[in-house]
This record gives sequence, structure tokens and C-alpha cells, in this order.
Amino acid sequence: MSDLTSAGTAIGGAPVGAEGPVPDAPATGGKERSASLWADARRQLVRDPVFMLAFVYVLVVGSMAAFPTLWTSQDPRNCSTDRSRLAPSGDHPFGFNILGCDYYSHAIYGARPSIVIAIMATGAIVVVGGALGLLAGYYGGWVDTIISRLMDIFFSLPFLLGAIVFLTVIKRQNILTIALVLFLLSWPTIARIIRGSVISSKDLDYVHAAKAVGASNGRIMWRHILPNAIAPMLVYATIVLGAFVAAEATLTFLGVGLQPPEESWGIMISDHQVYFLEDPWLLLFPCGLLVGTVLSFILMGDALRDALDPKFR
Amino acid sequence: MGRYVIRRLLQFIPTVLGTMFLLHYMTSLAIQFSGNPVRALFGDRTPPPALLEAVTERLGYADPCLDQRGNPCFGLFFDRVADVFLRFDFGINLRQREVTELVADAIPFTLKLLVIAMVFEAVVGIAAGVWAGLRGGSFADNLVKISTVFVISVPIFVLGVVVREFVGVKFGNVLRDQAWIPEVISNGMFSPGFKPDYPFASLIIPGMVLGAVSLATTARLTRTSIMENIRADYVRTARAKGLANKRVIGVHTLRNSLIPVITFLGVDIGAAMAGAVVTETIFNVPGIGRLVTLSARTGESSVVIGVVTMLVLVVLVANLLVDILYAVLDPRIRYE
Amino acid sequence: MSTDVNVKLDALPGLDPNAMPLQVKDLHVEFRTRNGIAHAVNGVSFDLRPGETRAILGESGCGKSVTAQAIMGILDSPPGFITGGEILYRGVDLLKLPEAQRRKVRANRIAMIFQDALSALNPVFTVGFQLGELFRKHRGMSRKDGKARAVELLDLVKIPAAKQRVNDYPHQFSGGMRQRVMIAMALALDPEVLIADEPTTALDVTVQAQIMSLLAELQRERNMSLVLITHDMGVVADVADRISVMYAGRVIEEAPVDDIYASPAHPYTKGLLESIPRLDLKGQELSAIKGLPPALTNIPKGCAFNPRCRYAQDVCRQDPAPPLYQVSPVRTAACHFWKEVKGDV
Repeated sequence: MSDLTSAGTAIGGAPVGAEGPVPDAPATGGKERSASLWADARRQLVRDPVFMLAFVYVLVVGSMAAFPTLWTSQDPRNCSTDRSRLAPSGDHPFGFNILGCDYYSHAIYGARPSIVIAIMATGAIVVVGGALGLLAGYYGGWVDTIISRLMDIFFSLPFLLGAIVFLTVIKRQNILTIALVLFLLSWPTIARIIRGSVISSKDLDYVHAAKAVGASNGRIMWRHILPNAIAPMLVYATIVLGAFVAAEATLTFLGVGLQPPEESWGIMISDHQVYFLEDPWLLLFPCGLLVGTVLSFILMGDALRDALDPKFR
Repeated sequence: MGRYVIRRLLQFIPTVLGTMFLLHYMTSLAIQFSGNPVRALFGDRTPPPALLEAVTERLGYADPCLDQRGNPCFGLFFDRVADVFLRFDFGINLRQREVTELVADAIPFTLKLLVIAMVFEAVVGIAAGVWAGLRGGSFADNLVKISTVFVISVPIFVLGVVVREFVGVKFGNVLRDQAWIPEVISNGMFSPGFKPDYPFASLIIPGMVLGAVSLATTARLTRTSIMENIRADYVRTARAKGLANKRVIGVHTLRNSLIPVITFLGVDIGAAMAGAVVTETIFNVPGIGRLVTLSARTGESSVVIGVVTMLVLVVLVANLLVDILYAVLDPRIRYE
Repeated sequence: MSTDVNVKLDALPGLDPNAMPLQVKDLHVEFRTRNGIAHAVNGVSFDLRPGETRAILGESGCGKSVTAQAIMGILDSPPGFITGGEILYRGVDLLKLPEAQRRKVRANRIAMIFQDALSALNPVFTVGFQLGELFRKHRGMSRKDGKARAVELLDLVKIPAAKQRVNDYPHQFSGGMRQRVMIAMALALDPEVLIADEPTTALDVTVQAQIMSLLAELQRERNMSLVLITHDMGVVADVADRISVMYAGRVIEEAPVDDIYASPAHPYTKGLLESIPRLDLKGQELSAIKGLPPALTNIPKGCAFNPRCRYAQDVCRQDPAPPLYQVSPVRTAACHFWKEVKGDV
């Protein structure tokens, strides 16, 4: 994933707009509307086979990351070079890697770093990016100018190049530093999404009404403006989880991410790329797991967007 | 229009300085916290102190502020800005070669790669997007919609490795067994990596890999944009004017639909440059991207920073040009 | 005006110069949406004499704009489909014409003005380009001649400094001026029939009056027939000759304008008239029609208006819908109780 921001924004596949001259349903109050929006979205998602399939896949990968022993009793570090690159068999469904370690347990344990990094980095961009976007959009003026310029600066650093620079100079490439770098380079996107959403909902009548009855800024932001921004944030966060999983693997592949003997899908791909012709499964298993995870997150984000955007119904 | 350009230029300057400062501060922090980067160059060996000092001095890591954790080292930063803008000096590598020189050697390959990637993604991406967008809900539409999600989900390095092994090695071997196939195809185009003998042909497949992800994004963006615009009131007006369908689509719909696409392609030049890091590493292209990865692996952070600073400047200039292009394409922006 | 294209158009099969400029017969349009089929137009008929102004009146969503789009042949399809009826231009059924010929009817013979000129004009081309395009594509003029004609047109619709403004983009004009550009575009090729879809809805009241009088003036000069689509009873009273009132995709009353204002024969028309604020009735409560128009995916059985009608009886709730009763030699109304409605005033 060389370009996170574009991946997020351009995935919107609008279904064909069937706009008959059907009169709109009578509008109801803001609160009820948002409550029914979430209920409708949930109903639609549960019925969407693509979403459910992706969701199940993510659950499986998540459980691999959280409880690897649930999936395998083998020790991925129990290696012996005389089993190097043995083909898959009943007991060892993914065979053995170049060092003669059980490849299946490797793949199971390899899920954890990717998922942990993705969750940490996503959590951080949601909190920090969300807060900065909220402040910039709500207060405007010089607060907005400063935050927006800051966003411009981080934006102008191409994601992969920035990550390589930081990870090269940091030299301690572990889960924490990789998550930190991903967060640093990605928060502006979510800040920009929230900022736009806040600016558009700031002028809604019920926000003016809340101001008129003397609600505090904090209360207005928390109760009236933030709920409107949650839907786009949720969609983006889902997609970005997938993008981060891919980014971690890419950095690892380039040699600036996780280092062996750590287990990770990126390392598995990078270590075995040259054996593709003789033993393609060494490459295909980790690639399949990785692509499946990224794809699942993207499909979930897509389905979420369609479900949360009344325009697409 | 003139005023718009001037305003964008004024915004451009603090962004450039800010980005350079960001790079500078991150590296300073890293040095302050993890110690002299020069030491790492010697691996496990302990270098003679005199040599270590000499190298440190030469690479500009001798400044005492680099020993104080959290110090932003403004003095170093101003030196660096002056070096870059007044002397066009982006630093040197360990063998005392100028980074500008290293880049000059590498850039022709990267440029060729970029051109192939951009042409590929623009032509195929827009064509696929228009094809799908005009037939919303049809087989063509679904095909484009689904295949692009798949392409977007495949990390570029996975795609690169699989294509190199499958197309370059496996399929290439089949071709190389056939005597009647010209060398330039079997050995050039379908080679598993860059070949100096075929400086263009052997870059075609790497370029396509580089453009693949953005191609999918371009196709999706074009598709959505066309679908939005095809229902616009002004397209209806164009039909009501009795214009031929070709003109309604080709002039009145496309002109508007392609504005966001062209903007994306412009911004994507920067992303493609970053993507070249991966593609060039996989296909062994001696371009800027591989220069960055090799330097990163050997820990030559001065080269990495120098090259990235240069690339960031290129990206920023490209973004500026895109903004101006956007104003040229959409008169509503111009008169804001 | 140039006649070369007119010559070609006279070759339309079955063209009868003495037939009416426009006749719509039993037009049916439906929209096939995910939520079911929306019956937007269910048997609309009307005709238009040379120089006449026909108003089509109704609330939003009653099918009046869809009717206009069907006449122009610019319905979005899918989801819109014409499922029955005829649209005759001087005796030629436009629905049976091949697209290439149909296209030449547009703008040359039947032209249209849209409601919101800002979105109806292409934002990325100058108005000069968009006007000149008509002359270049339909009359084979050069770019330069097309532009010269565009300036003339802007003069015609009284846009000041036409020579300079021809190079401006739509968003640089004010709302009223933009609507004048729209009118200029519609009149460019000297059409016989002009369809104006809510031409003044998006404008200020004072500007509305200017635009309507400009339209009326140009119509008189050129002896053009005008189909005026609106929901504004006030606009209708000033300029229309005859009115078709539409409700849920049907014409429910059709009459000369004075007759309708004097004595509406359909409860819906009556309700519309009573909901206009009147100075002479100041102080009295304004009456409004109760309820909402039906969803076109689910039109009530019998008379579509029956759930909102104070005259409704059992017969109104059963299929078939009331036929058009001949109220007088020149007017019809689709209400079983038109006599009561009319006499009730």
C-alpha cells in the first residue's frame, strides 16, 4: 500500500442511483434519525454476505493474533534444518520453512505483530487525528490554520518514504516504533475527514439551537457534532486497519520493519521469495493470509460506508 | 488566476520548510536517543576513535546539540536549508560521493519507470473507469468494481514478487525456450529483473506493477465521478440541446468527470515515487528507490535523508502544479 | 433564421404543418427502482396550439417534470421507461422516431428551460461556448460566427454588456441573469415549442416577474407555443391560456385559465386555490390541503386524491379511477362529484 489516503477515499463505489420521483419520507428529529440510521445500518450489514464473510475472516485472523494456541500446538521456534522446505503434509499443513520450522504455526504466530501494530496505530490516529480535526473544524481561525498547516506538512511526506526515513534513523524496529511511525504519517487523513465533517455540521440548525440555550463548547462538540463525524471516521478506520497490516508487511519486506527471529507474514514472504519456483506454497500461504486480511478490512469498510450513507440506499 | 497562484505559492513555502524541519527533527531526535549513527556503520567492529570522529564530522553529526535529548537543533536545520537551497547540496555518502551525484546516476531509471507506470495507470485506469461508469450495474461495471478491490488489497510488494516469479521467471522461461521469439521480448520484457541491455523493455513489467494499485484507484475514481456526472443537470441540458451522444459524453460529461481524476494522477506522482522504492527493490532496478532501500539497509541515514528531502521537494512542487492545474480545469476554483 | 436544417426536418415522415405543434396522448412513464415501480405518469394527455401557453400545475413529485423530460426525450433510462402513449409533434410521433432524427427535433423544434440554471449550465465552459455550441453543431457555423450569435442572443435576453459577459462562466452570473442565459439557449434555434420547467422557482420574487415578462414578450414576438410547468398558481394566472392540473401522475382537471379560477371542478384544484393567501380575505385562517401526496410506488386505489378529499365517498376508493367528465365544452375534470365541487363555491 504505497498510498493510504487514496486507498481510503477512492474505494467508494456508488451503486447505481435509482432516483425515481419518490417523495422523501417525512424528516424526523436529529436524535431519532441517527438512532435509526445505526439500527438500519446494522440490519443491512447482517444481511450483506460480503460483509459477513469478511467479518468472519477478520475474526479468525484476530483470534490467531490473540490466542495462537487455539489454532496450533506447535512451537514455531522448534526448527531443524534437516526438515528444510519439506512440502505440506497432514501433520504440517503448510510444510516447513527454509530453516525447517513448522510453517503453519509460523503463519499463526505471524498474525500477531501485524494485527497489534495495525490496532495500535489505528487507535492512535483515531484519538489524536480525531481530536485535532475536531478542534480545527470547531474553532476555525488560527487554531484551524495551525493544525491545517501541520497536516499539510505531514501529508507532503510520501508514506513509504517517510516510514523508511524514520525507521532507518530510529534503528530500533519493533512493534512499538513501527506503530508510532505509521501513526505519525497517517493522522492527518483522519483529522481532515473529521474537520470537514465538523465544519459541515457546525452550521446545522440544532447546533445553533444548542448554542442559543447556552450549551458549553465542550458539550456541543461531544453531544451534537461528534456523533455526525463518527460514521466517516468508522469507515476510514476500518479500511486503514487493512492498510496498516499491508504497510507493516511492506516495511518488513524492505528490511526496515520487523527483523527475524520475530514471526511475521512480511518476514515469511521476504525470506522465501526466491524459492517460488520449487516450492510455491512457501510464498503463497503467507501472501494469501495477508491479502485476505487486507481485502477483508477493505470490503468491511466499503460495506460500512454503503450502510451508513443514506444516499446509497 | 494570478492571485490564486500567488496565494498557493505563499502557502507552499511554509509547507516546504515545515516538512524539511520535520525530517530534520525526527532524525535529530533519533540520533539524540540512539547515539551516533556513524558507529552503526562499522557493524560489530570498534572503529579507531580518530576515524570515527572524522567520519562523524564529515557527515555533520558532530554538533553538540545532537547530544541533548529533545533539542530541535535549529542551527543545524538552518545550515541544512542553506545547503539545500543555496548550494544545492543534499549531503554525502560514506565514500564521500555527493548525494546529488548518486541521484543523478539513478534518476534516468526511475523516470522511465515512472513514465511507464503513469501512462499505464492513466490510460487503462481511465478507460476502465469510463467503461464501467457508463454502464452502471452491468457486467462490465461489476467486473471493474470487483477486480479493482482485489488489486487495491494486494500490497505492492506481494504483487511485485508474484509477478516477477510467475511472469518474469516461469513464463519468461517458456518464452526463452522458443527460438522464434525475439530476444527483446523473451530476454528483455519478460526478464525477472532489470537488464542493462534492454533499458526500456525490461522496465515495462516493473512499471506496470508500480502503476497497478493506482490504476485500480484511478478506475474507481473515474467510475464514481462519471456516474455522478452522467445524472447532472447540465448533462441533461446538453441532451436537450440536441447534441449527439458522443458529444454529450465526450465533452460535457468527461470534461467534468476527469477533473478529480487528473488531480489524483498528479498527486499520485509522489505516491508512485515512494512505490518505486518497493518495485525497484524487487526488480533490481538501479534507480532512486533502490538507492534508498540499500542505504536504509546499510544504515547510511545521511543518504536516505538527502534523497528523501530531494524527493519531498519534487512531490511538493508536483502538488503545487496539480493545484494550479486544478484551477485551470475548474473555473470555479479560480475565482474563489 | 437559417432554414437548412428546417428543410431536412420537414422530411420527417408524416409531418403535417397544419397539425398542432404538440400533442401528448395517454402518456405513461414508470421508474423501476429498488423499492418497486414508481408510476410517475399515468395517462397524461394535452395539446398545444400555436402561440398558446399551457400551464401544467401540480405539487413536486406529481409527474409534471417527468412529463416534460419524456417530451424532450431526455428521461434517465434506466430507471425511467415510457410504457405507453404518443407524443406528437405536428402529427409525427416522436416516440417512434429513430434517435438521430429525434435529436434534431430537440432545440430546433422543441426546446426546454430548466429550473435551476446554475446546475443546468455546465460549470466548466463559458456561456459563449455553450450558446455557440448550438450554432456550431446544428448549423455548422464556425467558432467565431457561433460566438457572434451568442452575443446577439445575450442581447436579446437583455443581458448588459453582452460582448464581455459572453466569456464569463455560469457561476459568475447572478441567478436572474443565469436564467436569462438559459432562455437564450432555449431560443437559440428558434423553436416552435418551448417547455419551461419551473423557470422562476429558484429566483427572488422581483426577478421572477422580470423573467416571466421577458418570456411572455419573446413568446409573443415569435408566436411560440409554451408549456409552463409550475406549482405556483400566481404565475399561472398571469400568463397561461389553459391549465392542466396534475396529481399523482394524472391530469385531474383541464380548463381555460379563467374558468379554473372562477370555479374549480376538482377538490384538489379547489384546495390549491384556497391555499393561496389573499389580501381580501385577510384575517381568515388559510386553508391547506390535509395530508401528503401519495408515494408513486403506492398510489391509492380509485381516485388517488381520495384520502385527502373532503368530498370522498366509497365510489372514490374503488377502481377504476374517475374518468375525465366533460364539465363544459372546453373543460374536463376527473371527479365523480365535480358538480358538487363546482356548485359549492
